[in-house]
Amino acid sequence: MEMNWHPIGDITDIPLLGARCVKTPYLKIAVFRTDEHEVYAIENRCPHKGGPLSEGIVHGTSVTCPLHNWVISLETGKALGADEGEVRTIPVKVEDGKLFIALESLMLAAAE
Amino acid sequence: MTEKLVIIGNGMAPGRMLEHLFEQAPDRYSVTIFNAEPRVNYDRIMLSPVLSGEKTYEQIVIHGDGWYIDHGITLHKGQRVVAIDRATKTVTSDHGVTESYDKLVIATGSVPFIIPVPGNNLPGVVSYRDLDDVDAMLLAAQSREKAVVIGGGLLGLEAAAGLALRGMDVTVLHVNPTLMERQLDPAAGYLLQTELERRGIKIICKANTKAIIGDDKVEGVELDNGTIIPATLVVMAVGIRPSARLGRDAGLAVNRGIVVDAGMQTSDGDIYSIGECAEVDGMVYGLVAPLYEMARVAAAHLAGDARPAFVHSDTPTKLKVTGIDLYSLGDFADGEDRQEIVLRDATAGVYKRLVLKDNRIIGTVLYGETSDGAWFNDLKKKAVDISDMRDTLIFGQAYQGGSPLDPMAAVAALPDDAEICGCNGVCKGKITSTITAKGLTSLDEVRAHTKASASCGTCTGLVEQLMSLTLGDAYNPKAVQPMCPCTELGHDDVRRLIKAKGLKTIPAVMQELEWKTSCGCAKCRPALNYYLVCDWPDDYADDYQSRFINERVHANIQKDGTYSVVPRMWGGVTNAQELRAIADVVDKFEIPMVKVTGGQRIDLLGIEKEDLPSVWADLGKAGFISGQAYAKGLRTVKTCVGSDWCRFGTQDSTGLGIRIEKFMWGSWTPAKLKLAVSGCPRNCAEATCKDIGVICVDSGFEIHFAGAAGLDIKGTEVLGLVRTEDEALEHIVALTQMYREQGRYLERIYKWAKRVGLDEIRRQIMEDRDKRQAYYERFVFSQKFAQVDPWSERVSGKDKHEFRPMASVDFSQAAE
Repeated sequence: MEMNWHPIGDITDIPLLGARCVKTPYLKIAVFRTDEHEVYAIENRCPHKGGPLSEGIVHGTSVTCPLHNWVISLETGKALGADEGEVRTIPVKVEDGKLFIALESLMLAAAE
Repeated sequence: MTEKLVIIGNGMAPGRMLEHLFEQAPDRYSVTIFNAEPRVNYDRIMLSPVLSGEKTYEQIVIHGDGWYIDHGITLHKGQRVVAIDRATKTVTSDHGVTESYDKLVIATGSVPFIIPVPGNNLPGVVSYRDLDDVDAMLLAAQSREKAVVIGGGLLGLEAAAGLALRGMDVTVLHVNPTLMERQLDPAAGYLLQTELERRGIKIICKANTKAIIGDDKVEGVELDNGTIIPATLVVMAVGIRPSARLGRDAGLAVNRGIVVDAGMQTSDGDIYSIGECAEVDGMVYGLVAPLYEMARVAAAHLAGDARPAFVHSDTPTKLKVTGIDLYSLGDFADGEDRQEIVLRDATAGVYKRLVLKDNRIIGTVLYGETSDGAWFNDLKKKAVDISDMRDTLIFGQAYQGGSPLDPMAAVAALPDDAEICGCNGVCKGKITSTITAKGLTSLDEVRAHTKASASCGTCTGLVEQLMSLTLGDAYNPKAVQPMCPCTELGHDDVRRLIKAKGLKTIPAVMQELEWKTSCGCAKCRPALNYYLVCDWPDDYADDYQSRFINERVHANIQKDGTYSVVPRMWGGVTNAQELRAIADVVDKFEIPMVKVTGGQRIDLLGIEKEDLPSVWADLGKAGFISGQAYAKGLRTVKTCVGSDWCRFGTQDSTGLGIRIEKFMWGSWTPAKLKLAVSGCPRNCAEATCKDIGVICVDSGFEIHFAGAAGLDIKGTEVLGLVRTEDEALEHIVALTQMYREQGRYLERIYKWAKRVGLDEIRRQIMEDRDKRQAYYERFVFSQKFAQVDPWSERVSGKDKHEFRPMASVDFSQAAE
């Protein structure tokens, strides 16, 4: 399927080891920047109790949820350690410092 | 070829049975489970901590969904088996699902006994068996109204204590003259009743329920003497009976429970039964240890080993109500051929009673001091003749054979077959041999491999002592506890090395101290950030991304992702202009909840993150700064009105409180720091349970510290008496700085004080003038950089990105 990429801003809009939110009609997305300058986008909602993952502490390629310390992989969206659960991951790409997310996946998510 | 194993019921016994079975014969069966409850296997013993709020459902799950998937188990959640057809070897559920079996295990547990009185089916009458019951009670508890618990046994009292903690007004009705008469003698029952009454639970013994009254829901309980006790919730906890109907319908031999032999086999050779529904040798069981024993035996038989046989053993009983230590075992009824040894210590609330027959222990009741329970149990199990130690027996193992032994020696002296974990039937030898064989070094590992202390956890101390004994210096929970999995170093080593090596950034610490991860984790980063802020106040640039969200956005995150905002209200004093400004902010931002806090100020709850800077801007115009109600730092200084108003006040406690708060606000500490100043020993500001408190007296100021009123409750210790306000401030500030420099991150002052010793703290702060002044000056220096109001900074534009989404994608764009 061809991706329909939508611009959301610059990589420098996101603090290193931090996150920003992107609002969409059906789900809030958290976009993260790691210490290696990789960018990941996942649903901004912890599978445990719905905590806003964008507010968590970022370490390696994981984020720790601010509500009850679940650790979520930014790569797979899966909870790490003994916890079980998963959030949606959203394709994101960086071109010349500009960030884009793929909209098809959003529409699929919305249609579910 | 794999055989088909079908299990009816998904409680703790079948869960444990499967763990054993997968160990012994991993591929022998394909397993199907029918669970009438719509969930996975959870720890039913821990329902009481869930009710009281000390644990959550997630924390008591034994096998998560993943475990069933990993073992290829088909789990039918929410399906009740309605029939067993032994001729065709099939079972059928209420959803119409039929499964055939080669072997069948019936583990349907028990059903609560509902007393046959009018009104027992009214809405608002619940039993106490499973999570649905707990949910129903929690819902009812939200009303903070009246609850009646019928039944003063183990379950009933745990339910009562839980509901009381949830804020309900609880009355326990018990049909017998004393509580828990099956486990406790009248003396211990009385002590227990006194303690529960002290906690605000009303207890009526010899209470016969005549009817539960109410029209379309519960309104109260009527006793046979005509008394009516109003209630919106009635919990029936009078007992359980085995759930044996399926077995009876299928034509199996059934008495009270489904009759099984010592191999857990029913009268049909292909059908086993375990758990509370099974009756073995005329006995049915309700405590977890014998049920786990049944699970072990059944698993062996299913795996093809017909040797293990179930043997009855007495199980100790413990009450899971925080702060009440109670242990009971065996037979403690009076009798002509019996003798008893009793120890009472009314002041300490201790009662111990041993029942002897032919110089052997046959029963034990311990209340208030239960650490010797395992030893008495062991003597009883082995039928040891106690004649030689009769005079000192009641004092416990430490007092046998001359001088008192230390607790480690007592544990060392236990034989290998002494039971350590009653819930899981784990003996000392099993724990020590597993530690050695598998090279275990942490408590979590020992729990995972042996199950010891993995259920109710009351034997954790014993297990840790065994680890010390087995591992020697290799296990020292205090010394080798690393900060987090990113390093082998403990907090104290890290703090020392930061100073010694002059490390001034988080990357420098991680590099020099050989961190195992690239950028740490959510445990070590906030700790390192604090240590660096504390040690290098002028050099270190606070690392924003290493702070928890609350300290990053200077507000408290709530469960729904909104925030609460608490402005500083110096010493808890306010005025009309401030209150008007707060009221205007509440109106303007439609703030849904305004709450007076325990720290004498006002909390505004339910504010959207994006609104925070505007809220702060408006509050700032009225002169408010952040109350730092979110900080590991100085929170509040509570005061009473003191000599300005109060006829008992000895000093200006309000003025001193405000002075301390204005001096110390903005400072970061290892954990939150709450202060209070009371104007006289009547202590209206509750200074004696604070991190640091002052009690004003005629002759000056008595400084207290190391109190706690949260997870732990602890009165303060006295630091000392000083004459003047200036001295009081200097001593408090010096104490705070000492704690700032030595405390481990998230370690409250009372834990730090316990670790370093009260005398050492008194010596440095009260007696060593040079030390005290040096601490004071370092605090003052640090405050030059710390006393910046974070709200006004952000109103002026700092961290703007934090409060705005990066982008919005609306639906028309998304649909392009």
